[in-house]
Amino acid sequence: MEKKEKIGVYVCHCGTNIAGVVNVGEVSTWAAENLKDQGVVVSRDYKFMCSSLGQELIQKDIKEYGLTRVVVAACSPHLHEATFRNACKGADLNPYLCELVSIREQASWVHTDKVAATEKSKALISGGVSRVVYNEPLEPLYVPIHPATLVVGGGISGIQAALEIADAGYRVYLVEREPSIGGHMAQFDKTFPTLDCSACILTPRMVQVGSHPNITLLTYSEIEKVEGYVGNFTVSIRKRARSVDEATCTGCGICWEKCPKKVVDNVFEAGMGNRKAIYVPFPQAVPKYPVIDRENCTFYIKGTCKACEKFCPTEAINFAQEDEIINVEVGNVILATGYDPFDARRITQYGYGRLANVFTSLEFERLSNAAGPTGGNIVLRDGKTVPKVVGIVHCVGSRDKNYNEYCSAICCMQSLKFAHLVHERTGAEIYNFYIDIRAPGKGYEEFYHRLLDEGTHFVRGKVAEISDAVRLPGEEGKLIIQVEDTLTGNQLRVPVDMAILSAGLEPRRDAKAVAKQFGISCSADGWLIERHPKLDPVATVTEGIYIAGCVQGPKDIPASVAQGAAAAARILGKIMQKEIALEPIRASIKEEQCSGCRICNNVCPFNAILFHEDKMVSEVNPALCQGCGTCVAACPAGAISGTGFSNQQILSQIEGLMLLNIKSHKETVPA
Amino acid sequence: MKEYAYFPGCSLEKMAVSYHLSALETTKKLGIKLKELEDWNCCGATTYFYIDELLAYTLCARNLAIAEKTGLDVVAPCSACYKNMYFTAAHLKKDADLAEHVNFALEEDNLQYNGNVNIKHLIEVFAQDVSAEEIKSKVTRPLEGIRVAPYYGCQIVRPQKEKEDVEQPQFFEGILSAIGATPVNYPLKMRCCGGSLIISSRTAALAMVRNLLQSAVDSQATVIATACPMCQVNLECYQQQVNQEFGTNFSFPVLYFTQLIGLAFGIPPKKLGIGKEFVSIAPSLLRAGQSKD
Repeated sequence: MEKKEKIGVYVCHCGTNIAGVVNVGEVSTWAAENLKDQGVVVSRDYKFMCSSLGQELIQKDIKEYGLTRVVVAACSPHLHEATFRNACKGADLNPYLCELVSIREQASWVHTDKVAATEKSKALISGGVSRVVYNEPLEPLYVPIHPATLVVGGGISGIQAALEIADAGYRVYLVEREPSIGGHMAQFDKTFPTLDCSACILTPRMVQVGSHPNITLLTYSEIEKVEGYVGNFTVSIRKRARSVDEATCTGCGICWEKCPKKVVDNVFEAGMGNRKAIYVPFPQAVPKYPVIDRENCTFYIKGTCKACEKFCPTEAINFAQEDEIINVEVGNVILATGYDPFDARRITQYGYGRLANVFTSLEFERLSNAAGPTGGNIVLRDGKTVPKVVGIVHCVGSRDKNYNEYCSAICCMQSLKFAHLVHERTGAEIYNFYIDIRAPGKGYEEFYHRLLDEGTHFVRGKVAEISDAVRLPGEEGKLIIQVEDTLTGNQLRVPVDMAILSAGLEPRRDAKAVAKQFGISCSADGWLIERHPKLDPVATVTEGIYIAGCVQGPKDIPASVAQGAAAAARILGKIMQKEIALEPIRASIKEEQCSGCRICNNVCPFNAILFHEDKMVSEVNPALCQGCGTCVAACPAGAISGTGFSNQQILSQIEGLMLLNIKSHKETVPA
Repeated sequence: MKEYAYFPGCSLEKMAVSYHLSALETTKKLGIKLKELEDWNCCGATTYFYIDELLAYTLCARNLAIAEKTGLDVVAPCSACYKNMYFTAAHLKKDADLAEHVNFALEEDNLQYNGNVNIKHLIEVFAQDVSAEEIKSKVTRPLEGIRVAPYYGCQIVRPQKEKEDVEQPQFFEGILSAIGATPVNYPLKMRCCGGSLIISSRTAALAMVRNLLQSAVDSQATVIATACPMCQVNLECYQQQVNQEFGTNFSFPVLYFTQLIGLAFGIPPKKLGIGKEFVSIAPSLLRAGQSKD
């Protein structure tokens, strides 16, 4: 060591969190006496180091003692590293010369033996002191933020996010895979618990999106490629050929009226109704321009027909149109790609797909929708018989270790809504088969009580089977729901005319691929992972990528809207700052040691390492690098080092931990 | 030629001898050799596991140890034998302590079980190891127009093998289609036949049998096909008692699936043990089997 560092050690009591187990006074005195040789010139303990008084204590010492390094022994760096770094910065000490040692999460909270915990705290501090000597002053990297935002997914969450940002005056590119925005909410008839007409509250928002000067709406489009980093993403979007010229089409609807080809609509109508080969998914679609479904269009199959073209008054049909690749520059991204309903066919004992009058929740939504295939008449699969008894099965595919262990959060309320609609429109007798009723939202429990008052039966038990094996008088022609009523302990056979499977929510089939494309990850369940489950629910570990709505986990409409708005607010904050300071904890590659093997290119989870073909060496893009250190460990040539995590720092920290840095101790340790 | 270690089980020696005969005849036609396990013992049936678990495991493990020496997959035609052997193997694999105890006992017999035996039910051989095309290619008298209720019973898909559909499997129907028969939609195909309940709770057991028979009648089947001697006995032999108890009028033939396959293969009925049943099979079934003669 050329120059002797002056180090200050600060031991926090954290009230009784640390002091209740660790003898902080003893630790502080020990550090002052034993780590003198390492450069410790002052060591103190204090009740709450993170308080402004505690911070001032450190700042005063920095000035008075001329400290060149600071070690704070307190909670985990996750919590207060930034606090103490800022305190140092306030006293003109480079923030990265401050080291946080966790004696709460790693000592007082996990041990009960006070003596041992105190000794361990000493060792941890010793490690921190040995390490901090090798810390280097670092400067954050500033990158400009492009003011435009990409929103992927045009459901209610994406719509909300897009409108918030666009209303604030910034450009939004809203990309939607289907021909229209609206998402699942557009398919619903009513929303719980207020029974608002879903379309009536959604479509004004859709229209706003469609006409907003700051929103570039790209429907029937998908993300092709994402490159760059926070503030500076370049995104390629594939705008699929609609076969309709948007500039000339007026959305008059003659084309789909005249189109002779009927197709079962498995997307919007959930298989309950038909559409034409040229279509808009629903009358209030935004944009209003139709698309030709080339897989089913007679012209694309047989080469003749062109009825739509013949009748189109503005000559907007363009059979030769091709997919278009659009590149946009954006500073931030919101993923709001939503969910897929659980495929009820997977639970074979419930008979969906085998027994005609077993319906899924999405099918029922269309059945009960005034704009749906039956005009809102709740009838059996024959299209005319009104059911007299209806059974609603909760938790289909949710809270079940065979399928999804999680609760889908919305199915209880959805089932209550169904029960109400059946009651209102048919007067049928209704059974709800539930495991637990979960009604935790505003007005939700009250809605449950309303249903109880309406006379709906609630049977607590998980349905074992739905079958057409009738046996007892009165069962002829009915579906039999077999269930144990767990409140009375009786096995019940409930004959019903119609069974509705309240299917849970699942991650989109391609959620994993989307996550990978944007450099973020999925949980074991397949939902995209937020940065912090409590305190940072819409950000992700990749700077500049945000998530909103059901892509993050099952949630209802209010929560999806709140997340859309939250993600927008986070991004607007970034845009206002115009540039962003990136943590300087980064990996860097020594060009002369790099053999060009490219192992690091593949292990990097953030796609931050580029390969220069000409020089045959790899280079880390410092703006993309998150400092995870994977490449450092993977490099066979040892050519990569992580700032803030040099070999010297780590090895001396280990020496410190083993107290090998203390002379008197060294002698007692056997060789 | 495919070869298996064959564990017939006690029932097939006497009560279900027709299952034994038809299993051997039909597999022979398909080029499969069922090599009977040497010196096998009872699997413990339903009861032994409730009396002394460790001894019951040992009893099954003895058969597995003998089978392991042959290096062949074990095939059991009886659902209970299959289930006992399958879950014994599964438990021994997971529970090292249990395996040690069991092997300590097996040492007396100079045997050891190392956990390397694959256990199959006979119907799995027809459904998975032999393709439907292979079965079809051996059919000389397709059972056209014969409506068969495929009765799985509760044991052949339990415990669940990986990703197996245990609620609405279709492999039995596949076999019946391959021999030209019409598998009917038999809603109670997975329900228990009552097992040995008839001994302890006669009325409850008879009600279970009645439901299974009624469901077969309702689905307009002319014969029930089973893959288990216990199911066969319960469904066939108690029909008179069911009729007395519930005032019904059942006279419904219940055959082993191998007997139906044998008929379709053109094997003479006598060689399949046909003629030994309590409820005679409809002449139409035999005629269908012989229509191409």
